[in-house]
Amino acid sequence: MNFLGYFSQLLEIVLALLLAPLLIGWVNQWRAWLQNKSAPSLFLPYRKLHKLFNKELVLAQHASPLYRVTPYIVFGCMALASAIIPSLSTDLPLSPASDAIALVGLFALARVFISLAAMDVGTAFGTMGARREMLIGFLAEPALLMVLFSASLLSKSTSLTTIVDTLAHRDLAIYPSLAFAGVAFTMVSLAENARIPVDNPATHLELTMIHEALTLEYSGRHLALLEWAASLKLFAYSCAGLALFFPWGIADAQSPLALLLALPALIFKLALGGALLAILESVSAKMRIFRVPEFLATAFLLAVIGMLVNILLGI
Amino acid sequence: MTAFISQFINLLAAILLMLAFSMLAQRRILSLIYLYTMQGATLVAATAIVGFVTNQPHLYFSAAITLVLKVILIPSLLHRVIDRLNVRWDVEMLINIPMTMLIGIVMVMFSFYLAQPISQMSSTIARGTLGIALACILLSFMMMITRSKAVPQVIGFLSMENGLFFAATAATYGMPMVVELGIALDVLVGILILGVFMFHIREQFDSLDIRHLEKLKED
Amino acid sequence: MNLLLLVLGFPLLGSIILGFIGHRDVAREANVVFSLGTFIASCALTVQVIAEGPLFALNHEFFIDSLNVFMVSLTAFVALTTAVFSRPYMKVEQAHGKMTPSRLRLYHSMYQLFSFTMLMALMTNNMGILWVSMEAATLTTVLLVSVYRTAASLEAAWKYFILCGVGIAQALFGTVLLYMAAEKLIVAESGALLWTSLNAVKGSLDPDIITLAFAFLFIGYGTKVGLVPLHNWLPDAHAEGPTPVSAVLSGLLLNVALYAILRCKVLTDGALHSALASQLMMGFGLLSVVVAAFFLSRQKDVKRMFAYSSIEHMGLITFAFGMGGPIANFAGLLHMTVHSLIKSAIFFTVGHATQKAGTQVMEDIHGLIKVSPAVGWGMMLGSLAILGLPPFGVFASEFLILTTAMREQPWATPFLLLALGVAFASVFARVQPMVFGETTVKALPHPPALIPVFIHLGLGLMLGLYIPPYLSAWYHQAALMLGG
Repeated sequence: MNFLGYFSQLLEIVLALLLAPLLIGWVNQWRAWLQNKSAPSLFLPYRKLHKLFNKELVLAQHASPLYRVTPYIVFGCMALASAIIPSLSTDLPLSPASDAIALVGLFALARVFISLAAMDVGTAFGTMGARREMLIGFLAEPALLMVLFSASLLSKSTSLTTIVDTLAHRDLAIYPSLAFAGVAFTMVSLAENARIPVDNPATHLELTMIHEALTLEYSGRHLALLEWAASLKLFAYSCAGLALFFPWGIADAQSPLALLLALPALIFKLALGGALLAILESVSAKMRIFRVPEFLATAFLLAVIGMLVNILLGI
Repeated sequence: MTAFISQFINLLAAILLMLAFSMLAQRRILSLIYLYTMQGATLVAATAIVGFVTNQPHLYFSAAITLVLKVILIPSLLHRVIDRLNVRWDVEMLINIPMTMLIGIVMVMFSFYLAQPISQMSSTIARGTLGIALACILLSFMMMITRSKAVPQVIGFLSMENGLFFAATAATYGMPMVVELGIALDVLVGILILGVFMFHIREQFDSLDIRHLEKLKED
Repeated sequence: MNLLLLVLGFPLLGSIILGFIGHRDVAREANVVFSLGTFIASCALTVQVIAEGPLFALNHEFFIDSLNVFMVSLTAFVALTTAVFSRPYMKVEQAHGKMTPSRLRLYHSMYQLFSFTMLMALMTNNMGILWVSMEAATLTTVLLVSVYRTAASLEAAWKYFILCGVGIAQALFGTVLLYMAAEKLIVAESGALLWTSLNAVKGSLDPDIITLAFAFLFIGYGTKVGLVPLHNWLPDAHAEGPTPVSAVLSGLLLNVALYAILRCKVLTDGALHSALASQLMMGFGLLSVVVAAFFLSRQKDVKRMFAYSSIEHMGLITFAFGMGGPIANFAGLLHMTVHSLIKSAIFFTVGHATQKAGTQVMEDIHGLIKVSPAVGWGMMLGSLAILGLPPFGVFASEFLILTTAMREQPWATPFLLLALGVAFASVFARVQPMVFGETTVKALPHPPALIPVFIHLGLGLMLGLYIPPYLSAWYHQAALMLGG
């Protein structure tokens, strides 16, 4: 592994940590514009994080050690996930670890801890949130796996870097299976990142909230870490989507200078993706929680059809 | 170039399948009509492209007929019917949606399985998509039997016809012109008759719920 | 060629003209006149085909051979007698207020259009046009079934449309596959769907495609034949439509749908060198016979009961053609002919009987023979004939089918015997009190048309005793063509 590899790995992690809150700010700004409101500052998420880090930490009386370590574990998971997804370059020291199944496992690990922690203090909302989170999780994970398998059928490997390498260097070709996988992936991402139509990130309405219910009891730097982790998750999902479906511009080992081009390309794609996400959220209405299984079942089935189409058309 | 176009046709076929699935999962009648229109438009695009690549002018004609009939005329007729009957309400299902989708996926597998050996025999550019066409037909068929209201049943019928049309394009570059005209005429007349029927049914039962139509059965 | 155009032209012209004047009093007669014209033209066509052999017309788009020419004249004949029967029937319906002038116009116009689509389906050489005609026939009969606009008739028509629409769509897919298989072998412009061209190359059609194609075609046209389990539309459509429509549905439409299956079977047999088509037809035919026989015993509505009897007989014919071989094919063709004659005769008498009684429920109809001996005897004789009592033609064909089954498919014989026995017991037990006993029915304002009933019964009787040589030659020729 050469110096450039380590450099791009470092760059990716730093970039993820820095850009993730910015992406949230960008999406929020677009949402405000689309709803004819005056937009909050792009840097509002940073200020919020700064404020939370400086606040006093309040812990519930019965909080166990698990409750206290969870924010660090979740943050660590998300940071690692952002690190193994090839967003800038495929030539990374961590690439042996960047397996599709490992990625799904990382997300699952974070989910388990945050759900346990939410139940730990024993409030009603925490338990309810944990239950809903697990419901979404157990439906979304198979769908996500199917999406990744559709993509890996094309490259005959579950390693993310290999997939991206294959997809980025193919001749201009259209894969119908990827169209299905893309739609399914979008649906899964919306559910996993607590966006409309599954959850509304901008509200604390107690009967509908999922993500907010989980973090309701947290405060101070714990809350800051969890919020940061949430934005990292969105960032990681966006990068994974871009890597799978729009891999152009990602640098590889053969062309070190491409890294220079990869950064603006990534920022451009993220900006576009964020705007599209805001539009998608603005045109759809939040669905009832009982409809969510239906929504995710659809995503799963689309991913399965993607695989079947792939097998049928033989490409 | 040809490889690229054949992939593009595959993509359009995949979109058709996706639309058929969304119709299966869709609750609102209005959205069903939009989905149907989109299906028709995809069909027009696929037919025209196949016609262009293979230099078969008669496919342009069938694309034009499809455009007029399935993208403009029938959707506007359907819009008029639901306006007049005021039936924008949510569609009721006889089986819940996840179950429908699961059965749907089994049907897709079945039709892929059936079509795979057959499609190798065809010499057309779009032969791989025969399985998708068959899947669309079966999915629309399922939509017809899982819906309890008249309008969605009719849309299911129409979308089945779309699947058949696509099958003809995929397998053989379309049927002979006479036959195609005849089919188009039948579909148009059929939809007119069904439209008139819906008014009669509502007059008789004060509802378009097909479950009222259960008087005639063996006891 | 010209005769062929006449055969198609009469009903088409009739439908257009009756579309304008169908509500006037003269329309009933006009309906008969157009049907008569069609019949005469078809007779002339038959004579010509007998004299000159198979006939092509219009760039090979039409093809008349020994198989379809007699079906054309049979269709034209039953259409004519039904038109004669519907004259007084519709007068009574109008007097009862069930038919308004505008409905009458629709009825007359659609009746002629229906004949047109049937004849078109029989004479076309193009498998695609065959499909189009069958679908058009569905559309016209949907309108005919729903002509009363009652809740029940709308329900029947809707069910009919949806079920047959779905079924016939499968047939279209089958046709597409057929075209796909043929396209490589037949280069001629749009010639790849012509049955004669397909028949010429049937040995080299791809077996895989043809297997799938036949499965779809069989499901599709089988729905229209009313084979179990796709038969649900049939009793409803028969029971809720006007009786002349029930007569032509049973007498003509089912036959024509079966004819479509036969055409496909010939191609499939040639391509496959296996008994797939035969086995499918035998299986579904037998299933239809047995299931319909048991449903027969549970009916309360007279038209529904005879509708189930039609399913039973169509199943029997399908079974016969499935067995194949010269005798079974001969018997199938004979049974097709007598069934259409006698079943329509029964529906004629049933139509008058229900009008007299004012109900279709069998328990409320008694003693027809007291009020109108002709109707009563007609129904009794018709029922006996359709149940296969000698000396009627049904006996002859059923006898042939049974003996062939005993020899070639012995496993099926007990089922057939059981079903025929059950059918006999249930129909006879129901018809007997309707015809004899104390009466509850009243006389009608217009005298019924009984000539068609007795002509049909007479022909059915004749076919049981003596088959004219040219007819028997036709049966043999057609049976040969079916692979006998």
